Amino acid sequence: MKENKKDNTESEIPYLITVQNLNAFYSDFQALKNINLNIKPFTVMAFIGPSGCGKSTLIRIFNRMNDYIDGFRIEGNVIISGEDIYSKTVHTENLRKQVGMVFQKPNPFPKSIFDNVAYGLKIQGIKDKKFIEERVEKSLKQVVLWDEVKDNLKKNAYGLSGGQQQRLCIARTLAVEPSIVLMDEPTSALDPISTAKIEDLIFELKNKYTIVIVTHNMQQAARISDQTAFFYLGEMIEVGKTQQIFTNPKQKRTENYISGHFG
Amino acid sequence: MTNIQLNRAKDKMFATWGVVSTFFGIILLAVFIIFILYDGLPRLSWQFLVSLPSRKPENAGVYTAMMGTIWILGLTLLFALPLGIAAAVYLEEYIPKGKFATILEINISNLAGVPSIIYGLLGLQLFARTMKFGGNLLAGSFTLSLLILPIIIVATREAIRAVPSSIKDASFALGATKWQTIWLQVLPSAFGGIMTGLILALSRAVGEAAPLIVVGALAYVPFAPKSPMDEYSVLPIQIFNWISRPQHGFVVNAAAAIIILLVITFTMNAIAVFLRNKHQKKTN
Ligand SMILES: Nc1ncnc2c1ncn2[C@@H]1O[C@H](COP(=O)(O)OP(=O)(O)O)[C@@H](O)[C@H]1O
Ligand SMILES: [Mg+2]
Repeated sequence: MKENKKDNTESEIPYLITVQNLNAFYSDFQALKNINLNIKPFTVMAFIGPSGCGKSTLIRIFNRMNDYIDGFRIEGNVIISGEDIYSKTVHTENLRKQVGMVFQKPNPFPKSIFDNVAYGLKIQGIKDKKFIEERVEKSLKQVVLWDEVKDNLKKNAYGLSGGQQQRLCIARTLAVEPSIVLMDEPTSALDPISTAKIEDLIFELKNKYTIVIVTHNMQQAARISDQTAFFYLGEMIEVGKTQQIFTNPKQKRTENYISGHFG
Repeated sequence: MTNIQLNRAKDKMFATWGVVSTFFGIILLAVFIIFILYDGLPRLSWQFLVSLPSRKPENAGVYTAMMGTIWILGLTLLFALPLGIAAAVYLEEYIPKGKFATILEINISNLAGVPSIIYGLLGLQLFARTMKFGGNLLAGSFTLSLLILPIIIVATREAIRAVPSSIKDASFALGATKWQTIWLQVLPSAFGGIMTGLILALSRAVGEAAPLIVVGALAYVPFAPKSPMDEYSVLPIQIFNWISRPQHGFVVNAAAAIIILLVITFTMNAIAVFLRNKHQKKTN
């Protein structure tokens, strides 16, 4: 076995996320059509495509956030770390410890900066103060926010700028130590400088986490992702190495979208 | 007159009408309060607050009725708040959508408009007779709890609905259960709204006489209640009782009691405003 692993070619690294024959429906409306997709650990996967094509629907399937929408259902398999996340034995609470999510608009809790980051630990029943403090500090350092807020941890998070709030939200997600971080257009509400900071951050984070990011911004996808998947009207038209998708797309529709002919 | 001039004139008329309507209420209230203060203030004293009822107006005090009101308010709060919040949380977060939910919703809103005497009759049959409480504080506060439950439920539901879904999403996405999300995020965020609704509901309860008379509150009780099983009177009933007496001294007593009732109501409203502002500062 060990011998084998050493000789393994890249493609045989076990996938962290596997999507098989996935269809997704909002009541009668089919939002995703026969999606097949594999994501390797410690990579950044970008979802691109015109709005309404199903990117958010797919990313929210990975942590089952669509469960709260009446009439939503899926067909097919979504396997994360070898486990079918839609099987009856999976508890969403446990899944979401492993699969964190950062939203489009920064959404800190109306609490102190410290309490925001500590929340994920507290709901797990962790009481050890020192442990929590260390984890909060570590997470805030990971998102390069620590120096800006370390003297104001008791202050309300709403006092931070939009960019700081979004980094806080990332820190809050990292504090639970997930293996996957989902980001749904995390910079679309931010100014260019804050956006650049978060892009740098994502680049750092992929050493430790697997990241799936939805973005409207083509340059962003090109800058930060290893793999890119292009979606159109609920179908995944093409997926591949980011460089290949942007320089040498196989599908005409991908090319049109990337060159700005529509979308 | 040009069209513009006409519209301006209409505008002015409407603004004036608005001012008049606003001040009409305020002035009426002010006049009423001035009369009451004029009549009642001289009568207000420590002795008036701590004296038991008496046949002589100058000896009579408001102590038993005031304590009755405080007991009733406290017990009503104790029963109605947890029930009201739980019901609102259930209706907002848990109930499966469908006919049942719709029927329930319409009925709860309608309940808020049912005349209080009807609640009194319900309380009389249910609490005083069937559950054999008789005319004690429990029967009275249960009845008032029913009366203000719809108000608390409606206010709490509105407050819950006003909590941005982005906050709930964030909580769920971190692995929180539904209950944790409600308890740690939704209810704290809704706190200001819930408090406002609660205190408005209680200020309605504090002024109620009719349903309490029906469930057996007394116009005359010799002693202040010491436990929920005791008989009681409340300020509005005491006031009503005094006003209907022929001697002028009792009318003065009634005015003084009205001042106390108003102070209680205004204090409660002030607390509501204070809590809400304090909470808003924390969240903004
Ligand atoms: N809650 C919902 N109920 C019904 N339809 C929805 C819902 N959310 C999204 N959709 C539909 O599903 C399709 C995909 O939406 P979405 O995944 O949000 O697209 P994207 O993120 O790529 O812009 C759209 O046509 C959208 O109208
Ligand atoms: Mg989207």
